[in-house]
Parts: sequence; structure tokens; C-alpha cells
Amino acid sequence: MIAIIDYGAGNLKNVQHALSLLNIECKVTGQPADLQSADGIILPGVGAFGEAMNRLNETGFTDEIKSQASKGKPLLGICLGMQLLFEKSYEHGEHEGIGLIEGEIVRFELDLKVPHMGWNQLKVSKPYKDAIINQNVQDGDYVYFVHSFFAQPKNEEDILHATDYGKPFTSAVKRNHIMGMQYHPEKSARVGMQMLKNFGEMVR
Amino acid sequence: MLAKRIIPCLDVQDGRVVKGKKFADIQDVADPVELGKKYSELGADELVFYDITASHEKRGIFLDVVERVAEEVHIPFTVGGGIQSVEDFRAVLQAGADKVSVNSAAVSRPSLIDEAAVRFGNQCVVLSIDAKEVDGEWFVFVKGGRENTGKTLFEWAKEGERRGSGEIVLNVMDTDGVKQGYHNEVMAELSEQVNIPIVASGGAGQVEHFRDVLKQGRADAALAASVFHFGEIDLQSLKQYLYEQQLPIRLG
Repeated sequence: MIAIIDYGAGNLKNVQHALSLLNIECKVTGQPADLQSADGIILPGVGAFGEAMNRLNETGFTDEIKSQASKGKPLLGICLGMQLLFEKSYEHGEHEGIGLIEGEIVRFELDLKVPHMGWNQLKVSKPYKDAIINQNVQDGDYVYFVHSFFAQPKNEEDILHATDYGKPFTSAVKRNHIMGMQYHPEKSARVGMQMLKNFGEMVR
Repeated sequence: MLAKRIIPCLDVQDGRVVKGKKFADIQDVADPVELGKKYSELGADELVFYDITASHEKRGIFLDVVERVAEEVHIPFTVGGGIQSVEDFRAVLQAGADKVSVNSAAVSRPSLIDEAAVRFGNQCVVLSIDAKEVDGEWFVFVKGGRENTGKTLFEWAKEGERRGSGEIVLNVMDTDGVKQGYHNEVMAELSEQVNIPIVASGGAGQVEHFRDVLKQGRADAALAASVFHFGEIDLQSLKQYLYEQQLPIRLG
């Protein structure tokens, strides 16, 4: 069973619908204790970084996520959920994140249209070409993005996918069983559904 | 590279998709969920569901459509029509919409844009503008094109961006429904004036019209309705054509 964390940040239904369609058992939960019995965890989210972190801290999710991740439980952050996995964000000030992946969240350059909204292409990092999460996912595949800030991981080996917007940026990260996707797999038609299916495989 | 988007628009009345020409001669077309699913499978990049139901009491039927779409369609979709308040935003987002478009309510109360952007994020606030050229100047119209608000298009678009809209849909009333092509000049000018994505609306009749508005018109996306509903343009072949015209297009 995959636990989808509900901390009041945005719509979780779309992720839930997508997993249900793939016959992957999931449960939306607002209780950190539920993460203990889950086989995998999805941290979704839209909205502002600072406020989301406050809620995760207040509800006790931050500590539980760290604890479960340290035990090797597969974790997938989506969109803002990916950004929250990092150490720090500069969205409206400076905020500390969960800190599972080293690096920072910064804004796109001002000469680009922001938000970066729409379908853009993935480049799969070489070391991860054969990773389970990339099964049937290829260079050039399109996924759906909506965001104004992006991740700058400190370690190059954490980059799972890169995407060009003005210049290349990190669109997905992976550090062992901890993964994050800046795009919305649940809104990315075939390619996105394939990646959620792959995550389901990792959880099994 | 960021792809240009093709967006079928579905007008929904009493739970059914309808398409009128120049706001008249409304006729029934199909079930919104089935049609949305079909377009998604044919390669639509996004969908727009527009509530044209007049009475507020029937709002529930539309929200039910939004929920069913969210369950079955796995591409982003925008919901518009009758959005008056932050509470209306909340209801459709809760039902599963990704973005919400506002039009006349934002004209009468521009702070609605700020309120919604702060609460739900810029990315889901779409400012939809109906515009018409009057004596060489572009004005914002409401009430289906019957009322000139006196606001000029570019000032209003810039104000919308400043207040927190994440995207603008520009519907040119003169070209809407007549299938002679989008108004490429005004789209290009708008693209010059604001720094958020522009969705062109009004005028699609042939595949070349899409190419022109995405190239010369510099639009980020093109929206159309009847050409898709009546099968005059096949989505799949349209995208293949645009791809062959060297536009960044998502295939398959």
C-alpha cells in the first residue's frame, strides 16, 4: 500500500485516481503514523514552499518522513513535494526543507515566461537508464510541468531527469529509494502513468 | 523544448457538451467525459471545460462533470464559466480541475485575481479575455461581446499578470466562430507585452491557422472547439502536421 500524504496542500485526488486506475493500492492520510505501515510514500503538493513546510512540521510528518526514508522505504515527491525533499528554498524568503537531498530550490531567470507551464521533454541521466523508475521511459518523452522554481541538486549523481527551459534544469531526482519529480506524472498521460506504474513496481 | 499546446474547448450545459456559433444556434454534441477522454487519447495537450449553464442552481451538475473528468482523464484541464469568487475557485479545484479561468468577474472586481493567486497559486489562475478592435484600438468586452468595458486589452492583460494570473486566454470576438484564422497580429503583440503564457482563441478553421498563430502569432497554445467536435480537423493529424512544420509538438 502506498500512503499519499495529505497535509492540506492542494488536490490529492488526481494522484489517487491515477494509482487506482493502475490497480495500485493507495491511501490518502493525514496521520504520520500511517506511514509506518505503508510500503511506499508519495508526497504531493502545490502551493508555496514555506507554508507547506510549516504544515509538515506542525503535523509531525517531517520527522516521520525522515524516519521512514532512513529505513529505505520508497518515497516519491511530486512537484512541490519534490522541492520539499531538498535542504532549502528561496521561494518568498528563505525556508528550510526536509533535507533528504542536498541542494536548493531557486527561481527561473526573469527573461523566461514564468511559470514554466506545459509539456516539456525529459533527458534520462545515463547512470539511471536501466533503473526501474525509467522502464519504458525514453529521452525525448514529454511530461507536464507547472512551476516557477526549480531544484539545483548539489550532487550530479542525484539527477534522474533533466529538461531544457532556457537552459537545462533538473526535472527529477533520485537518491537510492528517494525520488522526486518536478513534473506531474499523474497529468502526463502515457509517460506519467508509466512512471507511476514503475514506482508501484519499486514498492512491491 | 517546451511544446506548443493544442487545447480543445468543451462548452458544457446541463451536463452536456454543446457548441454555438457566435453565441447563438446552440446544439447538443456529446458527453463531456467521453469526449474529453477521446481528445486526450488523440493527443490533446490540455482541455478546457466551460460552464455555459445560466442558472446557479444547476452548478452541482457541472461540478459532477468536473469530478468525473478528473477521474478518467490524465491530462491537465481548465474549468471556466460563472467563476465569481474564491469559493468558486475552491469548489472546482476541489473537484479536480488544474486551472480556473475568470473573465467578467475579474473585470468587475480585479482583486479576485490577487485573492485566488495568493490562495491557490498563480499557476491555476487563468485570465480569459474577450477582445474586439474598435477604431484601431483593442478593447475588453463582456456579456458575449455586447458590452465594451472601456478597458484596453494590453493594459488589462498587464494588470492581470501583475495581480497574479499565470496564463492569459485571448479570445478575439471578430474572428471567433468564422473559421478564417486566428488574429495573429494581436496575439504577437500581447506576447510582447506580457511574460506569461498566451493561449490563442477564436478563428481556427484549417490546420494552417494553428501553424500561423503558433509561429507568427507567437502563441504558446491554440484553443479551438467546433473544428474538433464536428471532426473537421483530426487532432492527431493536426499535431503531426504541426510537427512537420518544425514546431515543438508532443506526439504520441
